[in-house]
Amino acid sequence: MKKILIVGAISAIAEATARVWAQQGDYLFLVARDAQKLAVLAEDLRVRGAGRVETYVMDANDYAAHAPMLDAAEQALQGLDTVLIAHGVLPDQAACEQSVELTLRQIDTNALSVVGLLTLLANRFEQRKAGVIAVISSVAGDRGRASNYVYGSAKALVSEFASGLRQRLAASGVTVVTIKPGFVDTPMTASFKKGPLWAKPEKIAAIIAKACDSGGGAVYAPWFWFYIMAIIKLIPEFVFGKIKI
Amino acid sequence: MSMQTFNAWGRVRRLDLESAPLVSRFDDLPLAGMSAATVLPFGNGRSYGDSCLNEGGGMLTCRTLNHFIHFDPYSGVLACEAGVLLSDILELVVPQGWFLPVTPGTRFVTVGGAIANDVHGKNHHVSGTFGRHVRRFELLRSDGGRWLCAPDWNAEWYAATIGGLGLTGVVTWAEIQLRRIPGPWINVDTIRFGSLSEFFTLCAESDQDYEYTVSWIDCTGAGKRLGRGLFMRGNHCEGAPDLPPYAAKAMTFPFAPPISMVNPLTLTVFNELYYHKSLRRLSRQIQHYQPFFYPLDGILEWNRMYGAPGFYQYQCVAPMQGGEAAIGEMLEAIAQSGLGSFLAVLKVCGDVVSPGMLSFPMPGVSLALDFPNCGDRLHELFARLDQVVAGVGGRLYPAKDGRMPASLFQSGYPAWRDFSAFIDPRFSSSFWRRVTELA
Repeated sequence: MKKILIVGAISAIAEATARVWAQQGDYLFLVARDAQKLAVLAEDLRVRGAGRVETYVMDANDYAAHAPMLDAAEQALQGLDTVLIAHGVLPDQAACEQSVELTLRQIDTNALSVVGLLTLLANRFEQRKAGVIAVISSVAGDRGRASNYVYGSAKALVSEFASGLRQRLAASGVTVVTIKPGFVDTPMTASFKKGPLWAKPEKIAAIIAKACDSGGGAVYAPWFWFYIMAIIKLIPEFVFGKIKI
Repeated sequence: MSMQTFNAWGRVRRLDLESAPLVSRFDDLPLAGMSAATVLPFGNGRSYGDSCLNEGGGMLTCRTLNHFIHFDPYSGVLACEAGVLLSDILELVVPQGWFLPVTPGTRFVTVGGAIANDVHGKNHHVSGTFGRHVRRFELLRSDGGRWLCAPDWNAEWYAATIGGLGLTGVVTWAEIQLRRIPGPWINVDTIRFGSLSEFFTLCAESDQDYEYTVSWIDCTGAGKRLGRGLFMRGNHCEGAPDLPPYAAKAMTFPFAPPISMVNPLTLTVFNELYYHKSLRRLSRQIQHYQPFFYPLDGILEWNRMYGAPGFYQYQCVAPMQGGEAAIGEMLEAIAQSGLGSFLAVLKVCGDVVSPGMLSFPMPGVSLALDFPNCGDRLHELFARLDQVVAGVGGRLYPAKDGRMPASLFQSGYPAWRDFSAFIDPRFSSSFWRRVTELA
C-alpha cells in the first residue's frame, strides 16, 4: 500500500493513473482546482478499492499554497511515498503569439508551478532518503515546433529540470520519473483528428504506474515516441526551417 | 464548435458531426456553444444502424461520465454515471461475487446505452430486460430540468426513457441491482439439433432449469438441413472448479479490407466446421464467463471483418403463436439468398414484461443475423423478411436497425405516438426521423 499525492488529479491521465493505484488499495491525496470534480473522482476511487481518498482544492499557480498543501497531504496520509505532478493546459498557440501576457501565463502554469512544487518536494524527500516523484512532461518538449512551441518550451523546462533533479537525488535514493506522452485522446485534445499514433489515457496510466515501481528515468509513452522524437531531433536546422511538422 | 467523425457499429455510414462532451454530471447540457438544432447522446457506438447517429445535428458524447458513485458489496446495489461501460462494472464486481443482472452479447456498451435500448441477453426467459433491474436514474433535459426516475417515481418518464433510444434526455447516472454469483465460471451444455422443432423442444425442456439459453443456427442450411444448429445452455458454476485462472486474450482486427471477408465460400466452410465441432450430440464444459457471454469481444473491432461497405444486422422477434413457422420461412429465404453470415442467433424470449414503452423483447422467438452490405439484393431480401415479421405481428430491434420501413416500426411499436410526447424538444436521431417523419 502506497501513500500517493496527485497534483492535477482530474486531468484524464492522472485520473486513469489514480484508478490503477486505487485498484491496488493505495492511499490517495488528490489536488485540483475544482472541488466538485474532485469529489466525483474521490467517490469513484473509493468504489474501485482505494484504501483512503482525501481531496484538497488548490490552484497550482498560487505558489504560496504549495507548502501548506504538502503539509496537509503528509498529515492526512501520515506520510508520502509517491507524488505525481500532472497538471497542465494546452495553450492556444496562435493566441499566445499575439499576447505576451497569455504566453507567460501558459509558461507559468505548465512549467514554473511544476518547478516550484519539485523544489519543495525534492528537499522533503531528500531528507527522508526515499520516495518517488513522477512528473508528466511531453514529447512536445523534445524540440520546439511552430505549431506548439509555447507548450513545448514549457515542457522542455520541466524535462530538463527533472533530469537535473534525478541526478541530484540519485545519491539519496529518491526516484524521479519523467513521463513523456505523445498524442493522448483526452478532453484536452478533443478537437484533434485521431490517428494510429493516438493512445488512450488508460495506456499512459499503466506506463506511469509501472515506471513509478521500476525506478525512474525519462519514459516515452508509448515507447515508440522515443524513436519518432529521436528522428525529429536529428533533423538539421536548415531543413527544419523549411518543413511543417 | 468541434467536429468529430461518428460511426455506428455496422459501419455503413460515417458522419462528421458537431459534438460536445458531457464533462460533469452536475453541469447543464453543453448546448449553448452548439449550433446544431438537435442533439443526441452518444455512448460507445455499439448500436448497429442509425439509432445512435444524428445526421445534420449534434452529438453529446457521454463516455466522459465514467465514474462509479457507490457500490454496496452486501446488497449488490451499484450506482454509476451513465458513461461507465458494462466491462468496467464486471471488472469491479465479479471478484466480489456479483454479476450484471442482464447482459447483452458485448460488454463494451455504456450503462446509458443499455438503458436507452433496454438490452436483453441469454437470461431473458428468467430475468427480462436490463431496464427491469434499474432501480432509479437521473434524466437531464435540455431546459436544465432534472428528473429522478424510478418505477414508483416519475414512472411515466422511467417507462419512456428505458428503451427510449436516448431521445427523452440524457441519463446522467443510474442505480442498478446486481445478482449474486458463486464465481466467474459457467457450466455449459452444447447440444446439436437438426431442425427448428427440435430447437423448440430443447427450449421447453431447458428454460426452467437453465438461467442462460441461446442458439447458433446455420443460415446456409436449406431443405433437409434447414434449422440445424447448436443449442447452448448454462448456469453459474457452484464452488470453485479445479481450473487454471482465466487468461483473457484479445486481438484486434487490424483494418477494414476493401471487400467483405464474409462471403458464401467462407460462410459455408465456417458453418460446416462449427456445426460439427464436437463429435457428440451433447458436450459439457466449464467456461469462463467472458467467452460464454462475449465470444466476439475477444476480437476487438471485429466489425471491420465486413470490409469497407460495412454490414447490417437484422434482429426480429415473432410472437410464439406462429413464431416457428415464421422463423422457418425466414431461414428458407435467407438460405436461398446465400447472403447471411455465421453470426445467426436464435433465442426464445420469456413472458417477463419489459418496462419500457419501446422495449424490443416480447414473449416469442427472436432471430438475429448479420449481413454484409451488398446493396439492392440485400434490401430485396430484407423486404421479404419484413413481410413475414409484419404478417405474424412481430417487430425489429431499433438498436440493430439501419433500414426498416416506417410502417414496420409503427406497426411493431404502437406506443410510438404516446412516446413522442416524452421526447426532449432539442433531441432527435437519424433513426427517429426515418421511422416517423416519412410516414
